[in-house]
Amino acid sequence: MNIDLFGSLPLIVIWLALGAVGIAIQAFVRENTRLIFGYYLATLVATASLAILTAGHKAVTFNGMITVGGFANYFDVLFCGAGLMTMLAARPYLQREGAELDEFYTLLVSAVSGMMLMAHANNLLVLFVGIELMSISFYVMAGFLRTNIRSIEAGLKYFLLGAFASGFLVYGMSMIYGATGSLQIDVIAKNIHAGAVNFPSLLAIGAVLMVVALGFKVAAFPFHQWAPDVYEGAPSVVTAFMSTAGKAAAFASFITVFSALMPHGSYALTPKLQNVLAVVSAITMLIGNITAIAQTNVKRMLAYSSVAHAGYLLMGLVASSTAGYFAIIFYVTSYVFMQLGAFVVVGILERGNEHHLQIDDYAGLSKREPVLAFAMAVFMFALAGIPPLAGFFGKYLLFVAAIESGFLWLTLVAVLSSLVSAYFYLGLIVKMYFSESTHGAHESSRPGIAGISLVVSAAASIVLGLFTSQLLSIYSSWLGW
Amino acid sequence: MGVSALLATLFVPLLGAIAILFIHRDQTTAIKRTALVMSCITFLLSLLMVPEFDPSSTALQFVVNQPWIPALDAGFRLGVDGIALPLVLLTALIMPIALLASYEPISKSVKEYYTLMLLLQFGMTGVFMAWDTFLFYVFWELILIPMYFIIGIWGGKDRIYAAIKFFLYTLVGSLLMLVAIVWLGLESHWAGHGFTADLTKLQSISSHVQFNVQQFLFWAFAISFLIKVPLFPLHTWLPDAHVQAPTAGSVILAGVLLKLGTYGLIRFNLGLFPQASAHYAELISVFAVIGIVYGALVAMVQTDIKKLVAYSSVSHLGFVVLGIFSVTTEGVQGAVLQMVNHGVSTPMLFLCVGVLYERRHTREIADYGGITKVMPKFAVLFAIAMFASVGLPGLNGFVGEFLTLLGAFKSPILGSWTYAIISASGVIFAAVYLLWMFQRVMFGTNDNPENHHLRDLNRREYWQLVPLAALAIWLGVQPGPLMNFSEKSVRAVVAWVQSPTTTAPTITIGAPHGAGHHSMNSHP
Repeated sequence: MNIDLFGSLPLIVIWLALGAVGIAIQAFVRENTRLIFGYYLATLVATASLAILTAGHKAVTFNGMITVGGFANYFDVLFCGAGLMTMLAARPYLQREGAELDEFYTLLVSAVSGMMLMAHANNLLVLFVGIELMSISFYVMAGFLRTNIRSIEAGLKYFLLGAFASGFLVYGMSMIYGATGSLQIDVIAKNIHAGAVNFPSLLAIGAVLMVVALGFKVAAFPFHQWAPDVYEGAPSVVTAFMSTAGKAAAFASFITVFSALMPHGSYALTPKLQNVLAVVSAITMLIGNITAIAQTNVKRMLAYSSVAHAGYLLMGLVASSTAGYFAIIFYVTSYVFMQLGAFVVVGILERGNEHHLQIDDYAGLSKREPVLAFAMAVFMFALAGIPPLAGFFGKYLLFVAAIESGFLWLTLVAVLSSLVSAYFYLGLIVKMYFSESTHGAHESSRPGIAGISLVVSAAASIVLGLFTSQLLSIYSSWLGW
Repeated sequence: MGVSALLATLFVPLLGAIAILFIHRDQTTAIKRTALVMSCITFLLSLLMVPEFDPSSTALQFVVNQPWIPALDAGFRLGVDGIALPLVLLTALIMPIALLASYEPISKSVKEYYTLMLLLQFGMTGVFMAWDTFLFYVFWELILIPMYFIIGIWGGKDRIYAAIKFFLYTLVGSLLMLVAIVWLGLESHWAGHGFTADLTKLQSISSHVQFNVQQFLFWAFAISFLIKVPLFPLHTWLPDAHVQAPTAGSVILAGVLLKLGTYGLIRFNLGLFPQASAHYAELISVFAVIGIVYGALVAMVQTDIKKLVAYSSVSHLGFVVLGIFSVTTEGVQGAVLQMVNHGVSTPMLFLCVGVLYERRHTREIADYGGITKVMPKFAVLFAIAMFASVGLPGLNGFVGEFLTLLGAFKSPILGSWTYAIISASGVIFAAVYLLWMFQRVMFGTNDNPENHHLRDLNRREYWQLVPLAALAIWLGVQPGPLMNFSEKSVRAVVAWVQSPTTTAPTITIGAPHGAGHHSMNSHP
């Protein structure tokens, strides 16, 4: 039994903080949200710092169960960052909704720890545990506003469908185990590469089932139906977190699993899987963007747009090359900021029972709330992929990867759907900047500490693209591909 | 020195935009002055490039080359040649005038307006200077956002429709171009030179790209540029955008934005795809000729002065496209000249329309008549603008149009004089619709009581128009210096397109070619 304690520090710290100390605080200290909030904020900062510190230390540890360093640590930092921004946005939001309970922060950090486990997994079962840890936290968080029927509906719906997807996941894992004789992802990769596969068709079925299960988590067609309802019903801050960090975690797993299942070279399954993923990717972005046009509710519109972004991200998987995986990692990083920022704005403007959530409510926002309107405009342009904002650079990298792997048609579909998406992103900007306010006087919004998340995500959306080369060199040094 | 001037011309507007962000929004005078001073400084600094520029060289000058994203070989590569420099200068000249023209009409959200205008200038200048496809695309799209807001916030009644139409039309083209830029970079990668966005490197491989791929890439670039020009039948966004945009918006749109398209055609379509350019020269020229005649005929029946001028742009830019795709030295040079000329005379026309609109809040030709009597100073300048646009010898419009027609006439690639003959009718129609409009607005009896007491030009309006009028006269009498500037670069482009046509366009990717710094050098 070899345990690499130093490399595992980020995981160990977050679990000790969560499992031992966090629970103890909650058991012995009476309802004190301020303390818990500060405590978990510190936890996430510490975890992220340790992840950066140990990034260069790459190893496989815990008897081959988890990998530490590199790729996983990059995602650790991303998840902790998203968690921090969500916590900052959540506190004023929940206070206003009258639903600030200690448990929220515990659940959030527990979701982060699940995501980290997903990124660190080197064993399919560990991956499963990570996914479930994340998902179960999400189910509860989605239904967190327990007096709001839409929130409860969201939680229940997510839970039922998510449980179904977990079934696919385990079933797929068992097939892959049957075909390759191992649950260790690196061993699976080695066996597939060496051609030591017992039942190739079993492996194919297993791989497709994994596409289904992970496709559900990223809300890819045809498993995207839950996303609009859940994203709309869940509290805005929860949606912000689920639709960004949750998607990033699922894509981290996608990369881990499919870089093993789809090795380079002449392996027969690779082109078939690529084609399956390409079709899924193409339909996902078209469905997401086209349906988003018809929405009148901002949260629902952003939900469909997040479906579309899953489609773009799948392009990198279709390419199944280093360039493609880099593109996914870069795009998902910028996506976390753009999408999270947009939902933070929604959360700040939202009032009580689903008020101020219609696109029409945003009319004339640039007059009433110039800062919020400006930030929202930045997020919309960034999501639409207009340079020099962050979304463009990610899209460019994805296009390079896809065309390089011979998927020109997919790139053209992506171009077409970007065009469609520009229409509704612009639609919101038109409302905010070109239309006069339809309502009377609004109470002004006080963002509070949510303003920090807003500023960070807006700044990142603007400047991230300028640091593309630095990020790419971080990827190649940390990831070592 | 030249390099510093180039960088200053690019970045001073950006600095100005940032500076304005720090001024309180109520201090509108300070904001206006800052913007105007910054744009004037930009213009003066841009002039410093002129004496440093060596017109006898075809190479890119004042080169800046800073790495940006090494993994994609995208860099901060800047420079100008004889084709880009006049357009950079034009941009720098038009901006202060456009800002001056915004002083009175723009009263709401002043701070945002001037920030966006300076950002717009940053983007436009960058497009003309970029020598890197990635950087070019970033600047190209950067223009979209400010222009979208300028039309959408400060525009007329149907501004929202016009703004969205402008944005989506342009985005269709530019996304296609993005695919082509990526693909072109990968062609370099597949040819063994590594992925790149460097225009010099791309030029050395692009003519070896398989012809069917080259055709696709050619059109992906061309559609993007032809929408911007705009060439018939892709022009329908233009009248909407022009009519709804504020005067300064129209000035920028007509003065500079349309030239981004024609500049792109020369730089990328001719510069990167010589075989495909020769192959499709006839087809595009047919549409250019249709555009010339169609634009002129539609302009003739307009009752709205601004729409008339907008359609005249469709017609005039048709000449530019025809000149470019005649692929002769005369034609392309005429096109460059015509780009500058159109950038001088059409903004003047829009400013004149703006002057009238400020006083009467109508643009219907029928509402005017006999204005000459009440506004004599205005009448003189309006007449110069009108005659420059008509192409009267002695004013700037004449030489450019004449050269493009000459180029089309003797073009070996077009191989027929019918293009020139039919296009020449566009010159006659231009005289008809502009003179007729001028006559109905300025002459006749001033029988509308509302027109009896119109103020003549105030000092500000006067100084918007006079520099442009002086330039129109100077370029008409002395086109030599400007032509001298662009001649060598134009010859290089023309030789580059004409020489591969002597061989059949079925070349596959082969050995690197054109080892010089400037691949055009290998085809003197």
